[in-house]
Parts: sequence; structure tokens; C-alpha cells
Amino acid sequence: MSKEYKIPTMAEMAAAEKTPEVLFWVGCAGSFDSRAQKVSVAFTKILNEAGVEFAILGKEESCTGDPARRAGNEFVFQMVALQNIETLNLYNVKKIVATCPHCFNVLKNEYPALGGNYEVMHHTQFLQSLINEGRIKLKDGGAFDGKKITYHDSCYLGRANGVYEAPRSVLQNLDNQLVEMQRTKSNGLCCGAGGAQMFKEDEPGKKRINIERTEEALETGAEIVAVNCPFCLTMMSDGIKAKEKQESVMVYDLAELILGKM
Amino acid sequence: MQQIIFAIVTIAAFGFAAKQFLKIRRNIFLGKDKNISDQPGVRWKNVLLVAFGQKKMFKRWIPAVLHLFIYVAFLFTQIELIELLVDGFFGTHRFFASMLGGLYTVVISSIELLSVGAFFATLIFLIRRNLLAIPRFQMDEMTGFPKFDGNMILVLEIILLIGVFSMNGADKVLQSMGAEHYHMTGNFAVSSWLGPALFGGLSETTLIGIERFGWWLHILTVYAFLNYLPISKHLHIMLAFPNVYFAKLAQKGEMENMPEIMNEVKSMMGLIETDPDAPMDELPEFGSNDVMSLDWGNVLSAYTCTECGRCTSVCPANITGKKLSPRKIMMDVRDRATEIGKKLDSGDMQWVKEELKAEATTLTKENFDDGKSLFDYISNEELHACTTCNACVEACPVLINPLDIILKMRRYEILTLSAGPKDWTPMFTSIENSGGVWQLPDARDKWAEEATSQN
Repeated sequence: MSKEYKIPTMAEMAAAEKTPEVLFWVGCAGSFDSRAQKVSVAFTKILNEAGVEFAILGKEESCTGDPARRAGNEFVFQMVALQNIETLNLYNVKKIVATCPHCFNVLKNEYPALGGNYEVMHHTQFLQSLINEGRIKLKDGGAFDGKKITYHDSCYLGRANGVYEAPRSVLQNLDNQLVEMQRTKSNGLCCGAGGAQMFKEDEPGKKRINIERTEEALETGAEIVAVNCPFCLTMMSDGIKAKEKQESVMVYDLAELILGKM
Repeated sequence: MQQIIFAIVTIAAFGFAAKQFLKIRRNIFLGKDKNISDQPGVRWKNVLLVAFGQKKMFKRWIPAVLHLFIYVAFLFTQIELIELLVDGFFGTHRFFASMLGGLYTVVISSIELLSVGAFFATLIFLIRRNLLAIPRFQMDEMTGFPKFDGNMILVLEIILLIGVFSMNGADKVLQSMGAEHYHMTGNFAVSSWLGPALFGGLSETTLIGIERFGWWLHILTVYAFLNYLPISKHLHIMLAFPNVYFAKLAQKGEMENMPEIMNEVKSMMGLIETDPDAPMDELPEFGSNDVMSLDWGNVLSAYTCTECGRCTSVCPANITGKKLSPRKIMMDVRDRATEIGKKLDSGDMQWVKEELKAEATTLTKENFDDGKSLFDYISNEELHACTTCNACVEACPVLINPLDIILKMRRYEILTLSAGPKDWTPMFTSIENSGGVWQLPDARDKWAEEATSQN
């Protein structure tokens, strides 16, 4: 960690007549959820360290509208989505990276129909390219070295967009043993938060979905559950707390694991 | 005499079946018009790999292999079926035998070997369905007719195979006896030994009786099958192909845009010009509450569903005991479409919308209203349990998309009925007012300021 740690906004960039390489889409969780904020910090530290010219929208960013749309509220979705597209187009944004797969999915697949066309990457894909290009240097020895990791596919990066290999390839660069859960990749089990479930109580049932998934993660004997989504992060952390395993099993976003090796 | 009976039975079987298939076609097109014709190359490739090639079945290889036997046997038997039709109409016997010569022996032998495979597969399927506690066959929606239906198809399959082997077996014995009309066809892989083993030593008259019995049993089972298909889950043997062709090609994560709402919001935001004097439409309905407000593709997929339950067995909501079952969503849409179809067929004017009763002369799908909707079949609780994880979509061997229907019904509930889970209201309000999913006093970039202030 040597370089100065900065998180510039698009407005500042524009004032300095600079165009960043990529816009970092922080998302609501990354902005407001205390646990997910740490992922935003970790990811921006990596970007600084790798010398990536980036910016965030800051106060000009809104929710992408994903939970409203999945709940069925197209009006609210269209309002924020069109507003975001106005902002993005105003800054002539070409490339976006998101740490939230829900934001990633909406920006990539759903904004084009509304007039927003960008090259959109998920941060695990972005990290993979930074590693492949040699822009991230991983040191020997790190906080998480030697620990067994299991990777939880988020539905919106996995099935929804078919991205299974990029995050795994990122994890291959760590000095950890990677173990798969029984339901993995296209058969991966949801954490229970998607489709606006995050914002409501569960329907009546026998079990919470995050508990089902946590049990499966614990069965692998992993000490680290790696996730790529702030909502999976919450659900899996809650699950592990409910199973009283928070002392021995940690849940981390891939960005945090990479930063631990830098 | 046999030819006349055959002609009458055949014409009746095909005629009655055609009538029923036309009704299903009509029911499918109760759904909204939608042009699905982009990227024909990709669509044909899907038909080849997923429908013909059964690519997605092989996620679970045991049922896949068993199913493959029945499927390939079914495809090959079509050759034999054509011969049966020719022989039936023209009074010939094994018409293709003289045409194909040695190839005929190969074809029939292949069909016989596949049929043996299919026979064992069918037995194993019956055991799996009834004796083994496989959860996806034992759920709430699999009682009553769906349970009967699943077994019925397998029983018909076995009757069909009894027909095939009685016919071929007796034929082989008759050939060896030099009976008139029963010309030599070469050795059939199975009935050349099964025939003598079962029927050896019987008189020529008895053998002819058995051969004719097998022949008629075969063709009549096929006709029964043909006419049973329209009410059965087994309709997938036909509809799987168009359903795969017309399946969604976009990324699974993409929800379809609603241009009508987009344009309204755009005009509210002053992004597009609208004519303020334009006549207001009657209060529009958004989303889907019934078959008529789904796309025809959704209804096609409901009729394609073979109730295998792969979707439900991977549904996180269902696994954890919630009421949602994606398979039931598909079965409900089909049942509702069939119900509407039957009511339309009745022509009963009591099903005309109240406000249109005075002027209507006939019952049509446009003026239809029986006071019911899909919400009478699918509860809000089911819709609210979905995490939109796409596991059901991924699991379907014939590319059915239950999620699309769930989301369309959620749209109806929220946009048209202004209902839905109360928990969601603060989230909607917050996004609308503050641009964030949670109503919080902090600025959106506070985390960044705090993080960089420690420099």
C-alpha cells in the first residue's frame, strides 16, 4: 500500500476535464450497508493500487431499480433507471464496474432497452483482467493464506449471466484450497435475498433459505465462504451467526480476499 | 372387411384428435400476440441440441438414459407406424419388407431392441413413480389426475409393446410355417426367438389370430395415445419442439421492458414530448392476471410442461418448505387455459363481461369474463416466495420459464391492484424519494469520504 488512496467522483473528474477508465458503480448496499461498505473500500483500494483511473457517481448515483422491478413495481424502476441513464449519458460513461451482481445485471442487460448502453463488468471479472494484465501484484503470504475456501455463486452473476469461471479464476491466485459445495455453478443454491426478498419477511415455511445454504457451505469444512454479492454477504453471514460458527468461519467478498494478498 | 373397419377407425381417430389439437392451438393463442422470430439460427440450434438432443435431460443421467430409450424407440417406431397405416388402408402385409429388403430386417430389429430398452425403462419409471420415495413425484400438486396421468402413459407404453411383440412374434412363427401372405422378412433381433418361445406349436389359425390381435392392439393403442395426448402431460412429445424454438434467448437475468410505462415516465420527466390533448385510454392494466394477459409463449410452455418437477426440486423456496412450486405455476396456467377454452366452447352468454352483455351476440375471448382469474389458482403467497434465482429456468429440460409468469403476475399485483407485501412499501418509497433502497440520513458517498479521510 503505497499510493495515495483516492475515490474521485465523476463530477470532480469532469471539472478537471478528465475521463476515467471506468466508473465504479457502488450500489445501495455498497454505499449504506456497513459490511458491504468494507467491500467498496477494499475494491477502491485495489483500483488505486493497480493504478486504475476510476470514479464514482457519488451523490449522483441512485438505486438501479432492481428490487423495485423484481417486486413488480415497474414505475419506480423506470423512474430511477431513466434518471441514472440521464446521469451516465451526461458524463458520457462507456465502461462500468459493479460490486453488486444485481446492479451489474440491470446495468448490463436491462438499461439498453431504456437507452443506456455501456460496457458493464462485475468486479470479479474486472479483478480477473487486472490480475491477467499484471496490474495487480500478489505478494507471498497473506492474512487468509492456507485457509480452505468455498465459493458461493450468486444467482445474478451465475445463472442470470453465466459467469462462473471469472471468480473461480481469481480465487485460484490465492494460496488457498478451493472446495466446491454440492450445489455449485449452474446448480448453485440461492442465498435467499434475490427478487426483493431482502426487503421483506420470508413467506411461511420450514426453514430460511440462507440456513439451507449455510449448512451446505459448512459441510465443505471451509473456513472462508467467498461471495461476490453484498446481499449474499449479509445472508451467509447471518446464516453462519445462526449456526454459531462466526468464530471459525468467515464470509468475505472476493475483493477483500485479493486485497489481503496485496 | 378389415380395411373398411381400419379406414373408419383411422379417420375417426385422426379427426377427433385434430379437433382437440385445434382447441389446444386456440387455447395457446388466448395469450397475447408477440412476435418471437429473431435469431432463427440460434433457435434451430436449440431445437437440435435441447429438444432432439435432450441436452438438458443429462443433468440427471439416470432418468435421462431411461427416457432416451423410450424417446428413441418412439422416434423409430414411427417408421413401423407408417407401414401399419399403408397395410391397413391397402390390405397389404409388411409393405416395406419387399421395398427395403435386408434394410427392413435391420430397421425392425433396431425397433425391437429399442423397444426392449423402452420396456425396461418403462418398468423402472413405474417403480420410481410409485414405489421409490422420489420427492418430486410425491408433492401436493401430483395427486389426483396428474398422478393417474403419469402412470397412464407408462401403462399405455407397455400395452403398445405387448402389441408389437405379439404381432412380430406370431408373424415369425407363421413365416417359418410357410403360411400364406406371411413372406420371409429375415431374422428380427428379438421376435425371431421370442416368437417361437411364446407361440411355437400353435395352430396357424390361432397364430393368425394372435398376429392380428397384436397388429390391432398396436394401432389402436397409438390412436388411444393420440387422443389422450391433448389432456395429458405427455403433450410434451409434440410441444417440446416449438416450445424450445420459441424460448427466451436473452440472458436469464434480463426482465422484459415495459415500453408503455417507460414512455409514461419519460413524458413525466420531460424526456419525450406527449400530446396533452391525446385521449386518455381507459385505465390500463399492467402485468398479467390471466391467460389473456400472458404471452402466447407462456401458454405454449404451460401445455408443454410434462410435470417432471425438476424445477420444483431445485427451487430454494420450495426446498425450504414455502408454498411456491414452479411446476404448479405451469400446471395452473394450463388448467386455467383449458377452463377458459371449455367455457368459450360452451358459447354460454353468461360468461360475457357484464358491461358488454347488452351488445354482445357471441361469446369471444375479447368479451370473456367468468369472474375468475389466474389468482384463483395461484396465491399471492406463492408469488411472494420467489427469489428470482432462475434455478427453475435452468432446470427445465424443455426451456420452460416459470419465472417469467411469476414476475408478470407480481407486476399485476403491484401495478394494477396496488397490492403486494407491505414490507416492500418503504423500499419503493425510499427508492422513489431518496434514490436508495433504505431511507437513511447519510449521504450516498459518506463511506468514501470517511475511507479517504484516513489518508
